[in-house]
Amino acid sequence: MTKRHSKELMRVSEEVKTVSKKNISKADFPVFEKYKDLVYLDNSATQQKPRQVLERVEKYYREENANPLRGLYDLSVKATDAYENSREKVREFIGANTTKEIIFTRNASESLNLIAYSWGRANIESGDEILVAISEHHSDLLPWQLLAKEKGAEIKYLDCDKYGEYTADDLKKALTPKTKIFAIAQISNVFGRVNPIKEFAKICHDNGTLIVCDGAQSVPHIPVDVNDLDVDFLAFSGHKMLAPMGIGVLYGREELLEKMPPFLSGGEMIEYVTREGATYAELPHKFEAGTVNVGGAVGLAAAIDYINDLGFEAIEKRENELTELAFNEMKKIPYVNIIGSEKAEDHHGILTFTIEGVHPHDVAAIFDADNIAIRAGHHCAQPLHQHLGVQSTTRMSLAFYNDEQDIKRFIETLKTIRRRMGYDR
Amino acid sequence: MTDNFYGEVLADHNLHPLHRHELPCATHVCKGLNPTCGDDIELHLDIHDGVITDGSFTGLGCAISQASADIMLELIIGKTPDEARYYASLFHKMIEGKITDEELEELEEAGALQNVLKMPARVKCAMLSWNTMEKLLNGGDS
Repeated sequence: MTKRHSKELMRVSEEVKTVSKKNISKADFPVFEKYKDLVYLDNSATQQKPRQVLERVEKYYREENANPLRGLYDLSVKATDAYENSREKVREFIGANTTKEIIFTRNASESLNLIAYSWGRANIESGDEILVAISEHHSDLLPWQLLAKEKGAEIKYLDCDKYGEYTADDLKKALTPKTKIFAIAQISNVFGRVNPIKEFAKICHDNGTLIVCDGAQSVPHIPVDVNDLDVDFLAFSGHKMLAPMGIGVLYGREELLEKMPPFLSGGEMIEYVTREGATYAELPHKFEAGTVNVGGAVGLAAAIDYINDLGFEAIEKRENELTELAFNEMKKIPYVNIIGSEKAEDHHGILTFTIEGVHPHDVAAIFDADNIAIRAGHHCAQPLHQHLGVQSTTRMSLAFYNDEQDIKRFIETLKTIRRRMGYDR
Repeated sequence: MTDNFYGEVLADHNLHPLHRHELPCATHVCKGLNPTCGDDIELHLDIHDGVITDGSFTGLGCAISQASADIMLELIIGKTPDEARYYASLFHKMIEGKITDEELEELEEAGALQNVLKMPARVKCAMLSWNTMEKLLNGGDS
């Protein structure tokens, strides 16, 4: 670390101290001890894990592990407590009314599939309409496409402009008396822009339409309150917010979840089984068949503690500063084209771009050669790329634990790419 | 200049491909697709009396896939389909790291793609045109 760099870090830490219980510290992340030269800018794909989360998961497996929810002995009770306390932590984090509304899944994709399979197959009929925002990740698009095909329903898309903006007017025009549900991410994984979910929820509800919010890119970065937003469903993944892979969350309004049939069947989701049929367990266990991922759940709870200790104010401040720094430097390079808004503050740590004349895979390969991890391709949003008229793009996505040095290295490499591809000589 | 990321040969074939154009007279056309990255090419071959008399490619892709296609066409134009298949088998051997020095010599400029071995994520890019050629010769698309 250079002297100047450590000074910069100290300066940021001083500022952050006033609003947080804990300072932002890259040293909390063991991956950067192992790979000292790594610049990790693929945080929208998955985030690195702090020691506090890793240690909590290990403690669970060392000291509290048993099959939860059915054991009649002390260790199983410990496992059950660890699991249910994590659920309460998640409830509080997103402002849900009751833990009955918090279903643990594997990830946001599974949460969204659960809605489409369970709510969708019970409520969507031939001739109904499903409205999906064009920038949706495939995991919030394919389940609805499959559902529409199966039921003879119609899938419609809400288009955004080239800055990634959706308007209330467009939404109002797209909704019809037949629109049963609207699916949209709070933050697009390509644009980084925050969609006005609260306003859209009101418009949907006035039309008798439910709203599903994909929170995979928003819950890790901004405060999300399901009651304030008034969404019917919210899905997010643990691994994009410091927690282990394989734990995700579905929030659903209690009265909707009550009426929905189970998604998967098996152990721990039944009340009583006979040869003819079964009655199902109460919420939330109705939707959690089989032995659950307690290690993942306690890891997610530890990640929430970590985020709460830093505070969203500090996290957002840091991420916005770094976004602005990268954005302004990228704007200075004439052959770099940033996808979406022309204002740094609309990007929330996500900068998707193209380089004139260089394919994104070659861009990613050159970054990789310089030990900088970024993403290239269509980012699981092919319909959006078709809508924008680009085949594929490159994306850098940052998190609060990145620093100015990471951005500097990113920009330095970015400036060399055309030359290293044989241009301009 | 030596700081070319992929080396001069690949950079040159990517930026100034000889065979990247339409070929309306082609007797055979075949599409190749890398579903994971969305790269797609269309390979056009003109085959008369058992000889590949001309060939071209169109479509979009990264530098490795474009250069590989261009170099491949350079090698197989004027050859028989069986010779083209033989070069494809050599190319496979090279990517698998099993090629001899003599065989590598036979591949001429295609040998510049040997370094793809060190980039496992890019093997599919280098293979795209070769796989498409084999598919075409085995009766695919047209």
